[in-house]
Amino acid sequence: MSNWEVTLGILGLALITLLTRGFFLLPRRELPMPDWAKQGLRYAPLAALAAVIVPEIVLTKGQLVSTWQDPRLFAVAVGTAYFFWKRGILGTIVSGTAVMLALRLGLGW
Amino acid sequence: MGFSPWAQWRHPEFRRGAREMLGITLGISAWGLVTGVAMVKSGLSLWLALLMSLIVFAGSSQLAALPLIAGGAPLWVLWATAFCVNLRFVIFSAQWRLYFGHLPRWQRLTLSYFAADLNYVAFMRRFPDPRAEPEAQQPYYWGGVALNWCAWQLPSIAGILLADRVPTEWGLGFAGVLALLGLTYSLLSSGKSWISAGVAGCAAVAAYALPLRLNIVVAIAAAVAIGLLLDHWKPDAAKPELRA
Repeated sequence: MSNWEVTLGILGLALITLLTRGFFLLPRRELPMPDWAKQGLRYAPLAALAAVIVPEIVLTKGQLVSTWQDPRLFAVAVGTAYFFWKRGILGTIVSGTAVMLALRLGLGW
Repeated sequence: MGFSPWAQWRHPEFRRGAREMLGITLGISAWGLVTGVAMVKSGLSLWLALLMSLIVFAGSSQLAALPLIAGGAPLWVLWATAFCVNLRFVIFSAQWRLYFGHLPRWQRLTLSYFAADLNYVAFMRRFPDPRAEPEAQQPYYWGGVALNWCAWQLPSIAGILLADRVPTEWGLGFAGVLALLGLTYSLLSSGKSWISAGVAGCAAVAAYALPLRLNIVVAIAAAVAIGLLLDHWKPDAAKPELRA
């Protein structure tokens, strides 16, 4: 992407922040919404997050990781273990990043 | 009273709003720092990273946007993804309307822009009754928002400025993915949500070869469809849910 394209992308993201946070607050009248749409909405945020992060974890240049010596896998495993042990997002970031640094700097993976 | 956020900072509820956010902002600050570092490490220039931090002001959509920008996704896929990641705010906004729906539109616009997740959580705890009390609610809201904004932006900017000092080989950009991972886990509430998220992850990998990062759009559509089917077959009130 060129710089101006990224700038345009960022401006759009800011507008999306405003529009989503004000979705039902901004219109003059209350917006009706069908029930199936409300139900489907509940799954979309999780789906969008999973769709963005899973390829970032298991793919390298579009191919599935072929070696187990990939620091991302261990960082994710430790972060996951931490989350389900303590239920904290902060600890997930810290423990996973620590593993990442140890493997990259310590073992040179 | 109530015509400007700046006119409210002397009100005792303003201080209370800020105080009640204080306990939960440590996590926000760490998340902001990680986002700041991740923005630069994913290849954004210093100025674009600062612009993004200061105007987008939504951590999860910023982090989700980074791999898409780095991978050259078209703008509409970038925006569609951010919209989906932000859908929780759409749900919150229906709740905000009960408190702030009577205000003039430009005030609703300013309120909306700053309404982050934790402000929602703190505000609904303080005012569980869904009715408007502008005297107390507006200063409380702006107190919480002011603190949250600083607790997010200052570490984020620090992360942007410090990121250049950290070698790229350390792989710190991955901290952004770990932050999103934690957020994703925190949204997994039921067996159905696990299945739907699993479908999204598999579909995003399986469809990765599609052009324009359309794999994200395919994955979201597949996951929502599966979620709706599961709701149809197995409504929420039924038996205890299967654990994955």
